[in-house]
Amino acid sequence: MILHTVNKSPYERINLDSCLRVARIGCGILLLEDGVIAALATGAAAQALSVALSDKSVYVLGPDLDARGLRECDLVIGIKIVDYDGFVDLVAGYDTVQAWL
Amino acid sequence: MTDETPEEFEDDEYVGVVKKFMFINRKAPYGSIYGHEMQETILISTAFEQDVSVVFMDDGVFLLKKGHDTATINMKNVSPAYRAFKGYDIEKLYVERESLDARGLSPNDLLVPVEVLSATELGDLMEQQDIIISA
Repeated sequence: MILHTVNKSPYERINLDSCLRVARIGCGILLLEDGVIAALATGAAAQALSVALSDKSVYVLGPDLDARGLRECDLVIGIKIVDYDGFVDLVAGYDTVQAWL
Repeated sequence: MTDETPEEFEDDEYVGVVKKFMFINRKAPYGSIYGHEMQETILISTAFEQDVSVVFMDDGVFLLKKGHDTATINMKNVSPAYRAFKGYDIEKLYVERESLDARGLSPNDLLVPVEVLSATELGDLMEQQDIIISA
């Protein structure tokens, strides 16, 4: 399966939309850099991520959350926070990576 | 060291590992260098005789739009190179239907024959790849 990475805010670019349109059941989606903004439960992108979580794994890079003053309790329920080591494990664990730059 | 080429590496006999490469174009031409750079990457990849697929989605579909005329912006027209792809045995060109629809384009607006795939079909094809390079 593919690990999709999204590093742009959904409120600035369409990258997350395109990723979610193409992503297949069972794949992983990692939000990093400005991509972590999508994980906010109060944001307009939360709904689409909740749907994705029903059959895909969604991860967010902790250091990028911290840097932006976002906390675990601010996130859509079900999103897993990973650190840099976890990021490496994800890349190693999936077959391929697709970076939605 | 000797000057002799080992037998197993003679041009016609050596069969390397063939992997499935997918190149995904997502950005419009001329506003950034991505489309052009991807084109160069794809053409170089043919030297390694890999299994290459090329995808155009999001604003990347405009790379294939007919009728580019770049004379007045002083930039090289990128589109003739896509016509040359066939000569390099790059024949698997895919365009995402949702991206065409969102921009009011149809396959008739494109300058080379492509296979139009839904987002779901494209996702399935992506899952079959060994390596994905996207910009």
